[in-house]
Amino acid sequence: MISIDVTKLLNTTSGLLDAHFKLSVNKGELLTIFGPSGAGKTTLMRILAGLETPEQGRIEVDGEVWFDSKLKINLPPQKRSVGFVFQDYALFPTMNVKQNLLFGAENSSQYKHVDDLLEMTELTSLASRLPNTLSGGQKQRVALARALVRHPKLLLLDEPLSALDPAMRQKLQDELSIIHNRLKVTTLLVSHDIAETVKLSDRLASIKLGKVERICTPMEFFTTHTLSGKLQLVGEVLKLEEEFPVIIVTLLVDSSIVKTVVDIQEGKKLQIGEHAIISVKAFNPIIIPLQEEQK
Amino acid sequence: MENDFIQTMILTFKLATITTIILLFISIPLASFLVFSKTRFKSVVETIVSMPLVLPPSVLGFYLLLAFSPASFMGEFLTSHGIKLAFSFEGLVIGSVLFSLPFMVHPIQSALSQVPSSIFEAAYTLGKSKFTTMLRVVLPTIRHGLISGIVLAFAHTVGEFGVVLMIGGNRPGETRVASIAIYDEVDSLNYAVAHQYALTLFVVTFSILLLVYTLNKKSLETLR
Repeated sequence: MISIDVTKLLNTTSGLLDAHFKLSVNKGELLTIFGPSGAGKTTLMRILAGLETPEQGRIEVDGEVWFDSKLKINLPPQKRSVGFVFQDYALFPTMNVKQNLLFGAENSSQYKHVDDLLEMTELTSLASRLPNTLSGGQKQRVALARALVRHPKLLLLDEPLSALDPAMRQKLQDELSIIHNRLKVTTLLVSHDIAETVKLSDRLASIKLGKVERICTPMEFFTTHTLSGKLQLVGEVLKLEEEFPVIIVTLLVDSSIVKTVVDIQEGKKLQIGEHAIISVKAFNPIIIPLQEEQK
Repeated sequence: MENDFIQTMILTFKLATITTIILLFISIPLASFLVFSKTRFKSVVETIVSMPLVLPPSVLGFYLLLAFSPASFMGEFLTSHGIKLAFSFEGLVIGSVLFSLPFMVHPIQSALSQVPSSIFEAAYTLGKSKFTTMLRVVLPTIRHGLISGIVLAFAHTVGEFGVVLMIGGNRPGETRVASIAIYDEVDSLNYAVAHQYALTLFVVTFSILLLVYTLNKKSLETLR
């Protein structure tokens, strides 16, 4: 069980922001930190890892106090049992894959764990390769495996899949899910990808302007507006073309482009770049598996 | 004559080697300070480090000579402890270290500033101290900067003339280095010997630089 209640003054592009993060994470769960950029998601992760110091508050992990402004306790990153996967992976460029993992290992069980992790992340055959010879997906796996070597109590993943193409992303989401189920490490994942969040997380904490707005399951969060019998898709508005008497809206839904029409009044409320929900009455939808359709 | 030549060349490279080793130990912490420190004091240190780039060597040599002379406070202190720096090899080492400082610090500083902060942070979250991180992660990563610094400082010390002339003079086997010897031989119209020194310096420095740039290219490729 991890309880967090900290305040931190954030310097964002839209000025100073008084952030207050209050949430608790159950042992072994995967909690996604979801929210727009600039909301303070990465800062929260860095505070947990000890890379940034909050102004006030308390962080307790499995009964061990990591930070307490009143008791003047602030464990350095080295003393916190965390695994951190950085957005840019932060692999050590002069060490090969296995050396990157071994760098973190401290005792014989951790040395042994290195081989298991290489196996689990399908990196065994790449063990002697240098990071600059790896693909983005492979680098990501090394970063994940390295973060797990020390059996951390808390695994922090800062948008680990954001730099990958959709296919690689899906594959790694599956792997992440398998690894999480196998090792049961309490995990915080920063993401703003809805599919990823629904697929991977037990719960979701929505963060806006430095505050935790809501903690619930991803399904509860994303389907609040659903009425029965409606099919909903969430997408980003790419293009608005007015063709009297309608507006043609082009949206990006996950990785596919959807074109639809709305009447002018409705269309005027939309803006390019913002997220919108497409809602379709679907009393009798036809759903065919993808392989069938391709035949 | 042949013995003189060998003695002078050995002295020249001994001075450059000792200077480079001392500079390496000073410059790594100094460059880290210049990259990571946030104090206002930093720009003062940065200025002092870069001064030898623009200052005539004779200015530095002149002030060092004054400082080393028994008439000055520092010189008096040193002399009372039996240390004589003016016109001695030790004095030359101090002068060369000061004068070649920017040539070692700048490449290391520039390489360090290119290491992403996440690399340091990744090592910290893996339980490693700042010292271990520096030694095992950062220094290997910036090795091209270290090599450039070593070579530039070494080559610059070999070629130094003004400071050496001011504080070292021209004592064979003690302070007479190759660049001084060339000047001296030309002065006495011994063009053949001057040429011997000049060509040796030319070939040696060219070979060192060529070797380093070739190696450096390879090491840069692994970092990409």
